[in-house]
Amino acid sequence: MIPDVRTYLRPARMPHILCPGCGHGIVLGALLRAFHRLRLNPDQIALVAGIGCSSRLVGYVDVCTLHTTHGRALAFATGLKLARPELTVVVLTGDGDGLGIGGNHLIHAARRNIDLTCILFNNAVYGMTGGQLAPTTPQEGVASTAPYGNIEPPFDSCKLMMGAGATFVARGLAYEPLALEEMIARGLVHRGFSFIEVITDCPEYYGRYNQLGKGPEMLMSQKRRTMDIMEILATKRFVVRDRPEVRAWNLPYRLGILHEEERPEFSQVCWQMVAGREMV
Amino acid sequence: MGRVRLVRGNVACARAAIAAGCRFYAGYPITPSSEIAEEMAALLPKVGGVFVQMEDEIASLAACIGASIGGLLAMTATSGPGFSLMQEHLGFAALAEIPCVVVDVMRLGPSTGLPTAPSQGDVYQARWGTHGDRPSIVLAPASVREVYDLTIRAFQLSERFRTPVILLYDEVVGHMMEPMELPSLEGMGPVRRANPVDLPKDYLPYAADEDGVPPLVSFGSGVRYHITGLIHDESGFPTQDPAKVSSLLRRLHEKISRNLHEIVSVEPFLLEDAEVAVFAYGIVARAAREAVQEARARGMRVGLLRSSVLWPFPEDAVREVARTVRAIVVAEMNLGQMVYEVERAAGGRAEVVGCFQVDGRPISPETILDAVSTLCAHPSPSGKSKGGRLKEGN
Repeated sequence: MIPDVRTYLRPARMPHILCPGCGHGIVLGALLRAFHRLRLNPDQIALVAGIGCSSRLVGYVDVCTLHTTHGRALAFATGLKLARPELTVVVLTGDGDGLGIGGNHLIHAARRNIDLTCILFNNAVYGMTGGQLAPTTPQEGVASTAPYGNIEPPFDSCKLMMGAGATFVARGLAYEPLALEEMIARGLVHRGFSFIEVITDCPEYYGRYNQLGKGPEMLMSQKRRTMDIMEILATKRFVVRDRPEVRAWNLPYRLGILHEEERPEFSQVCWQMVAGREMV
Repeated sequence: MGRVRLVRGNVACARAAIAAGCRFYAGYPITPSSEIAEEMAALLPKVGGVFVQMEDEIASLAACIGASIGGLLAMTATSGPGFSLMQEHLGFAALAEIPCVVVDVMRLGPSTGLPTAPSQGDVYQARWGTHGDRPSIVLAPASVREVYDLTIRAFQLSERFRTPVILLYDEVVGHMMEPMELPSLEGMGPVRRANPVDLPKDYLPYAADEDGVPPLVSFGSGVRYHITGLIHDESGFPTQDPAKVSSLLRRLHEKISRNLHEIVSVEPFLLEDAEVAVFAYGIVARAAREAVQEARARGMRVGLLRSSVLWPFPEDAVREVARTVRAIVVAEMNLGQMVYEVERAAGGRAEVVGCFQVDGRPISPETILDAVSTLCAHPSPSGKSKGGRLKEGN
C-alpha cells in the first residue's frame, strides 16, 4: 500500500508551479515515500536546492528547506552538513543546475564523499527559463537555443559521478516510481555521497519542440529508451535522425544502482580530526 | 593573555575570528589572503571548529552561509578576483539575512592585476558588487591591532544585523607585522549561535523585531522553515505582492540606516582649527597622519578624518568637516572611489581634491604632504563658501 505522504507537504503552498504532464511531482512523491519508509523526523531533514523547476520543489516540503543560487546547492549543503552532521541533507538539482553551472560543485562533493543525497532531475532541457539547450539535451534534439538541433554531445552524469568518486550512483525513471523510491531510500541510508539521476520529462518545452507528445507519451518513451536499440530507432522518439554518430550518443541509459562502495565519509572524518585536536 | 610578539595582519584576522566565536571557515587560496586560511586550518580543529578548502570562492561563501544556517559563526577570506566571484552570494546572504564575515585583502586590479601589490580598488565592489539594492557594512582597518579589533566587530555586527559584513584591507595591512599581544586560545572550545527562546506558536521566520532584525533559528533545532533567495514575505515563502516586496527591501535598508550610530566610526585628528582636511582609510590613513604631522610642523593648519567604517559612509562626519575646512584631500590607492562620496557629503561646502596612486606601492606621506601643501599655499580664490569641483591633485 502506498503511504500517505501529505504529512511531509506544506498544503498552504499549493497549488504548485509545475506544468501539466511534468514528471517532477512523481520524483518528489518517491522521495517523500522514502522519507516515510525510513521514518525520518522532518525536523532533522534539510532539503537544499538551486535554481530551476526541480529546485522549486523544496518549497512544498515541510522540512528545513533552503532554496539557494543557481548551481550552488551542493556547496551550501556542504557547509550545512559540516555544521550539522546529524541532519539528513538532501539536494535537489536539475540537469542544467547540477551539470551545467554547478558541475564543479558536483564533482567535488562526490570526491569528498560527503554524506549528501543528491537527486538530479534530468529533463534534457532548461525548463524554468523556457526550453533552452542543456548539457543533457540529446544530439539533434531541438531546444529554443538550438533551433536547428543540438550539435553538442550530451554527457552521462552517472559515469561522471563514478569517475569523481561518488560512493552510491543510481539512475531511475519517473516512469518507474516504485523502483525510484527504492533507489532513493537506499541512497538516503548510504553513508557517503549518493547520486541519483532521474530521467523525467518536460512536455511543455522539450516535448513540444521535438514532437514527443504530452506527459504520458513522454513517460512511455522513457521506458522505450531503456529497451532494445532497434526499437528506439524505430520509434525515433529521442533519436531524431538516423545517423550513426547520433545513434552512438543516444544509446539507452543504464538503469538501477550502478555503483556502490564504502569509503570514509567526509563530515565524519572532519569531526574526528577536530576531536583529536581539541585543547579542551 | 599571551606575550607581545610580532603579528602579521592576516594572522591577527584569523586569531580574532576564533576569539569572536567563528567555528567555520571555508575558503579558496588566493594571494594576498591565504595566510588567513592557513591559520584557520591550523587553529579551528583545536577549538572545536571546522575548516574546509572548497573548489572555488563561489562555493566557499556558499558553504559559509550553509554552516551559518546550521548555527556556526562562519568566515571566508579572499582577494579581488575571488571577491568578484563571491558577489552573488553576498546578495543571497543579505536577502536571506544569514550572518557571515567576508574578508577581502585588496590587491591591485582589475583582473589578475598585481597579486602581491596593495590597492584600495574594491571599495565600490564591496558596496555595490552584488546585483540589486542592498545595504552593506564594510570595515577598513589600518593596523594589525585594528585588524584584530575590527574582525571581532565584524562578527558582532553580522550577528546583530543578520547580514554579511565585509572586512576590507589591503595587501600591506595583511602582510605587515606589528607588535601586539594576542589573547591565548586557552579555554576556547566549540561555540554555536544561541537559538531564540520562547518562539511563538505562529512563529514567522522573517517577521522583524522593532529594530528591523528578525531572530535567526538554526536548521536542525526543531523549527522547520524556508530560506530562499527569492523575494519573500514574513513567512519566508516567495511573494510578488508589491507591498510585501517593497516592505522587505525597505526593511533590509532600514535595519542599517536606522542604526548608523551602532556602526559608523570615524577618528578625527587635529581637525579643530584645520583649513585643509585629509580623508583617508586603511593603510593610507597612516601615511596621511604622518603627512598631517609634518604639515603642522611646517605651520600648515591641516587635519585628518580617518574612517574605519567605509560603508555605511560617515556622511555626517564628512559634512561637519566640510563646514569648517576650505578643502578636503581624499587620499586613496585607486583612481578615485571614496572621493565621490566625500564630494557628495561635502555638498560644495569645501573643495574636494583627490590624491590617487595606482602603481602598486602604498601612498607615501610625502605624496600626501605635497597635495596638502599645494592647497595651503594657494588657497581657493573663490573662498570656501563656493567650494569646488573634484579634481585630481596628484
